[in-house]
Amino acid sequence: MTPSAVRSLLFIVAFLAAMALLPAFIRSEFWLTFLILALYTASLGQAWNVLGGFGGQYSFGHAMFFGVGAYAAAVLQVRFGINPWVTLGAAFVLGGATGAMVGALTFRYGLKGSYFALVTLAFAEVFRVLANTFEFTGAGVGMMIKLAPGAANFQFVAKTGFYFTILSIVAAGLMVAWWLKHSRFGAWLTAVRENEDAARALGVDVFRVKLGAITLSGAMMATGGVFYVQMFQYIDPPLAFGAGISVEALLVAIVGGMGSIFGPLIGAFTLALVNHTTTELIGRAPALSMALYGLLLIVMVTFLPNGLIGGLASLARRLGLRQRSGGDE
Amino acid sequence: MSDAVPPILEVRGLQKSFGGLRAVDDVTLAVPGGSLTALIGPNGAGKTTLFALVSGFITPDAGTVAFAGRQIAGLPAHLVCRAGMTRTFQIVQPFAGQTVLENIAVGAHLHRVRQADAQAHARAVAARVGLADQLDKRADSLPIAGRKRLELARALATDPRLLLLDEVMAGLNPSEIAEIIPIIRSIRDGGVTILLIEHVMQAVVNLAEHVWVLSYGRLIAEGSPAAITTDAQVIEAYLGHGAAARMQAMQVAQ
Ligand SMILES: Nc1ncnc2c1ncn2[C@@H]1O[C@H](COP(=O)(O)OP(=O)(O)OP(=O)(O)O)[C@@H](O)[C@H]1O
Ligand SMILES: [Mg+2]
Repeated sequence: MTPSAVRSLLFIVAFLAAMALLPAFIRSEFWLTFLILALYTASLGQAWNVLGGFGGQYSFGHAMFFGVGAYAAAVLQVRFGINPWVTLGAAFVLGGATGAMVGALTFRYGLKGSYFALVTLAFAEVFRVLANTFEFTGAGVGMMIKLAPGAANFQFVAKTGFYFTILSIVAAGLMVAWWLKHSRFGAWLTAVRENEDAARALGVDVFRVKLGAITLSGAMMATGGVFYVQMFQYIDPPLAFGAGISVEALLVAIVGGMGSIFGPLIGAFTLALVNHTTTELIGRAPALSMALYGLLLIVMVTFLPNGLIGGLASLARRLGLRQRSGGDE
Repeated sequence: MSDAVPPILEVRGLQKSFGGLRAVDDVTLAVPGGSLTALIGPNGAGKTTLFALVSGFITPDAGTVAFAGRQIAGLPAHLVCRAGMTRTFQIVQPFAGQTVLENIAVGAHLHRVRQADAQAHARAVAARVGLADQLDKRADSLPIAGRKRLELARALATDPRLLLLDEVMAGLNPSEIAEIIPIIRSIRDGGVTILLIEHVMQAVVNLAEHVWVLSYGRLIAEGSPAAITTDAQVIEAYLGHGAAARMQAMQVAQ
């Protein structure tokens, strides 16, 4: 490992250790839920980050992987009585397979940029229509998970159970991002993002690298779907495959900083705080939060294209702090 | 050219048209292993297209390409690179947001899985092309001379047997050209066969053992740099019809 890889790994471990201790200091159920939801959003953002941030392939339809995971869990559990922890593995595989399928279809034909974004959006929509149609997915009514409290059923009596579960998922996501920063596959993926022709000239199999990224990204996103189903015990087509989830995933990655290890986490916590503040000020208004997301996206893309992490880094540079070589936190 | 050394690259009857334009028209040439040779010709002659054909970026309409004895026409670019032939781009194509080290490491990763190994190799390559003190700079912050060297370094980092260099000296000032010439020679001396496209005649005369001249997609002459620069057909290709006769007349008058 390079010194930079070791440093960044130690930072991740320290962060996770601090997060693991956090519940001991939190008395309020409200703030614990706040943390759980922020971590959950971060996990979605990290999944998107693998393909969009590191790979430069901007998906607008990541809800399709989320939904595949959510429905895989719900269907296996409700229709086949399979243990929810087992469905987590099944969802991971199915999410990855969905990613591989979409990747094979789009990247084989060289779809890029807005074309890729639109096709992913269309795929998510197709999945939504399918889930709306079939009886075994509960059609338009959706699916309810039976109440069966107990850690063995992924239904924690104490909220801390959900907290540590989602923290583990976030930890896995951080490790994936760290690996991308410090592995050959990650170097190739970033090269593909920066310049496909140059990557090809240096021996990079652009198609396979993109295919690998979307498979991994889809698998990660699907685990987020499983967590959602266990936490809220309900899923329906618009929740699973609607644009809301897709936007949330890309937004937290873009706000925090695409292609960085901690970007999705920073974006998720920022967004959670913004949401919380606006709710305090003017009450709940889902339409308003979408408008706010849009505004935030415009502001970020215009003024901080490298996200909050990039903004902080350039601020630090301007304040005369020494710039570390290959800084990657 | 002498048949003593077996060719590392053998192009036969290569052809490519864009619409009605024959960009590369029935080109046949053989690059001897270990040599340093050049491909010259006026703007639009088809030189870059020939590189793109040979390196797998575009597929030929007709003809064959053999690299180290193996037929590779139609092989995709990344596999051509893996086979040991790497090209650079006339219009530099850096991984703009990445550092110089990261850029070169992408090339180094081709034969090195671990990041530490790839970076170590990238540093060594950077030192060879004079980029050792620029490693932490972003590629898009480099001036043109630096970007040209980066193009060269990245390609070199893939450990090629044959390097195709497309105008790595274009846009450089005379002192920068004087700096890069020995670098290119030292790469060849290190065992890498080099075929370069170049407009800078000083470099061609200085470096190349053998020169091919392309004009309107066709090879019109080949030979030593000295022979080429006095070839009537070549002078006409560059300076227009009747130019050779006029130059001859001027020389006689002097
Ligand atoms: N992809 C393409 N589509 C259509 N025409 C092309 C394409 N690529 C090259 N050409 C044309 O083919 C001809 C040869 O171009 P090429 O770039 O190979 O020339 P060159 O010898 O490298 O010129 P220069 O010295 O200016 O770099 C030119 O007329 C060019 O306009
Ligand atoms: Mg050219």
